[in-house]
Amino acid sequence: MSAVSQQRPQAGAASSRTPVPTAALRGLGHPALWALVPALTLFCAFWLLPFARLVLMGAEVDRGSGVSAYLAILTHRQYLTSLAATLGISLVVSLAAVGIAGLAGFFLARHRFAGKSLLVASLTFPLAFPGVVVGFLVIMLGGRQGALAQLSLWLFDERWMFAYSLLGLFVGYLYFSIPRVITTVMAACDTLDRSLEEAARSLGASTWQVARDVIVPGIAPALLSTGAICFATSMGAFGTAFTLGTRMSILPLDIYGEFTNYANFSMAAALSVVLGVITWIALSVARRLAGGGLGAPA
Amino acid sequence: MTPRLRFVLQLGFTLLVCLFMIVPVVMSVLAGLTENYFVGLKSGLTLRWVDEVWALYSDTIWLSIRLALACLVVTIVLGVPAAYGLLRSRRRWANAIEETLLLPVAVPGLASALALLLAYGHYREFRDSWLFILVGHVLFTLPFMIRPVLAVMRSARLALLEEAAASLGAGFWRRFLTVVVPNCMSGILAGALMVVTLSIGEFNITWMLHTPLNKTLPVGLADSYASMRLEIGSAYTLIFLVMIVPLLITIQWLGRLTGQRH
Repeated sequence: MSAVSQQRPQAGAASSRTPVPTAALRGLGHPALWALVPALTLFCAFWLLPFARLVLMGAEVDRGSGVSAYLAILTHRQYLTSLAATLGISLVVSLAAVGIAGLAGFFLARHRFAGKSLLVASLTFPLAFPGVVVGFLVIMLGGRQGALAQLSLWLFDERWMFAYSLLGLFVGYLYFSIPRVITTVMAACDTLDRSLEEAARSLGASTWQVARDVIVPGIAPALLSTGAICFATSMGAFGTAFTLGTRMSILPLDIYGEFTNYANFSMAAALSVVLGVITWIALSVARRLAGGGLGAPA
Repeated sequence: MTPRLRFVLQLGFTLLVCLFMIVPVVMSVLAGLTENYFVGLKSGLTLRWVDEVWALYSDTIWLSIRLALACLVVTIVLGVPAAYGLLRSRRRWANAIEETLLLPVAVPGLASALALLLAYGHYREFRDSWLFILVGHVLFTLPFMIRPVLAVMRSARLALLEEAAASLGAGFWRRFLTVVVPNCMSGILAGALMVVTLSIGEFNITWMLHTPLNKTLPVGLADSYASMRLEIGSAYTLIFLVMIVPLLITIQWLGRLTGQRH
């Protein structure tokens, strides 16, 4: 059938015996593929080629050390510690977010009560706040005039602050991770077969056993995937770190510093490529596991 | 532990998480409306700071709106045909191409912006115009238009409808404009909301690409956080929230609507 229709592609609509529609569409398959050309052209011209150049640039000699910038990352303590700090904080944030928001998300998915939709809305609407705003909200919590400072002044006559430290960064990353995890976990719980839980319960399993043996394994792919998205987002979160102060040694701030302060383009390029590869791998893992969702960035 | 107690404990925990999300937003809104935040609410409420922000930064707000709308037009013009092309290509190719187009989202905006800057930064006229920022925004938001449109196309029995139109003699463009596009309107709408929201809030790419004459709202925000008093930063954030929260609520509402339909 397909051979026939390919031989006389344009005639499909007029002929009567062959399954008409398929033939008609086959013949017009090419314009459909042309439809991809504009988007792909823009992508190649403004992303693929520039990024390929960035990859090559990273191999050039680093101004500071005199070796290839990629090599300098591996051999210089400064870059290695910053890489480790970024990886570490992102990992801890993802674990904390999955734990905290996983619990809250599961609770919200399994119970109905008055005001629930308001609660869900207020937990998820900060999803698309840009990183700079999240940074500012951390300042509202833990800055010089923040909530904690006011509280501690009132209670102990001392000004407590955490906004401009690694802890402030942690709180900020947690802030933009929680809505992501909650939406994913709630969706995953909805698709989970509730009869399994009921069966386990009727067989005498305690709540903890049900959670450990039925629910968590059931939504494990969703948990892992949303965790990976949080990890990738935290790795690349420039805005939050930028707002909270540029003295911390975090990969995005290093890239920015190398580029603007030292005009060390090869090092900025190499660090960008390393960061990009890490977040790309994390997001690929997330997509493999969940098969959907783009992971809106911060 | 009785079920009742467990419910109360879990609810309490969830409320705490909710407080963590809401308290800073409320504080920021209040600070933007307070005469003197250091003194507190008793100094009185005022719109003075909002006015001041408007005087200082209104051009950033207009630029952001212009960018978001331009970005929307470009992503529709490029994205809807691209989604159609993906629908018509073999599934394996479609997945590979979709994955490739997703790279600007998967890689941090800072890296994409750096690549763009190092490749095209020396074309002065291009670099100084707002179109340079637009390119960055389009690359970054395009997947968010393609994804929902493609999803609707795949579920809308588009092939059948198109076959019917083709058998009646409709050419490619006619089919595309009168059958394909109207049938994936819901996907275009969902994508459009996402594109506008992301473009208005985009910072990581824009901060690298902006020039002193082309500052977007988030760039202005970062600027005010760093150099202005807290009330001004807060009032500016308030304006940003007023712009973006209706969009976010519509997105959620639309998502719930389509979620129920499935």
